[in-house]
Amino acid sequence: MNEKLLLDDGTELEQVFCRPDTLTDVPYHYCPGCGHSVVHNVLMEVVDELDIQDKTIGVAPVGCSVFAYHYMNIDMQEAAHGRACAVATGIKRVLPDKLVFTYQGDGDLAAIGTAETIHTVNRGENILIVFINNGIYGMTGGQMAPTTLPGMVTSTSPYGRDIHMSGYPLKITELAAQLPGAYYVTRQSVHNPNAVRKLKKAVTKAFEYQMQNKGTCFIEVVSNCPSGWKMTPVETIKYLEEVMFPYYPLGDVKVPKE
Amino acid sequence: MIKGTVKIDAKICKGCELCIVACPQNALALSPNFNDKGYRYVELIYDACTGCVNCALVCPEAAITVYRQAKSSKKSQLKSE
Repeated sequence: MNEKLLLDDGTELEQVFCRPDTLTDVPYHYCPGCGHSVVHNVLMEVVDELDIQDKTIGVAPVGCSVFAYHYMNIDMQEAAHGRACAVATGIKRVLPDKLVFTYQGDGDLAAIGTAETIHTVNRGENILIVFINNGIYGMTGGQMAPTTLPGMVTSTSPYGRDIHMSGYPLKITELAAQLPGAYYVTRQSVHNPNAVRKLKKAVTKAFEYQMQNKGTCFIEVVSNCPSGWKMTPVETIKYLEEVMFPYYPLGDVKVPKE
Repeated sequence: MIKGTVKIDAKICKGCELCIVACPQNALALSPNFNDKGYRYVELIYDACTGCVNCALVCPEAAITVYRQAKSSKKSQLKSE
């Protein structure tokens, strides 16, 4: 970080931001403008800042972020679809001095893995759950997910999600906050620089709580999916602000009483 | 005004334009050229960068390195003037 740069007019500049050291040099496979990679960057920045690279263990899900272990230069374990929380529980119980986090999408955490997630939070397992919510199954071609908004067009709901047929979008973050095992539950986003700064603070807090053995920390990140939503990355930001945030309001859902 | 600059790794840039929207100085733009993967990459078009780090925070590819004038060097520059 202490690299210097000398401009032509003699002004000396110092490096204030660079690619996190804990990220590998592999370029991301994500589509242009995807929120997944921003969350990867933030997670690895926090790992760098807290200097916990050698004692962090991540659990990768099934979904777009299935190759998370290619990019994060930490110990990682791949879990079966939806079972990341269960795998993380096992890792944390065997190695209680390590910091364990799961990284899951909405198809993984909110659909097939609902039972594992709810029960992990209910048991108050001392792990961090990072939940990326973009309201769609990105990897398989933009199918409807439990978090898809009413009226949202996906490849399996071509006339928009019909709540009489498919029910209402699942607010799993609010559900998790009801459980006594949850210690810190928050909903963040990565659509602009300030949101990224807030997410970084939330992740730092969650890792610190885990070091103090407080209980389950749950961070939802409302993200975009330019390919699945069939929009340009810049259009997805507008869609997030106008359509997603009214239904998924940002902010802390459950904060520890101090 | 604090001076800064960015270095963008054109090899891994995918031209998603999120940094262009995030830049308060409007100093970034898509290049007319393409990189090896066929994306139009982003480049600094004029020298208005203040090193605010906004572009690097939203960059999904972590392709942006930001440099900024140190506060101490700014002070010494003012004194010498």
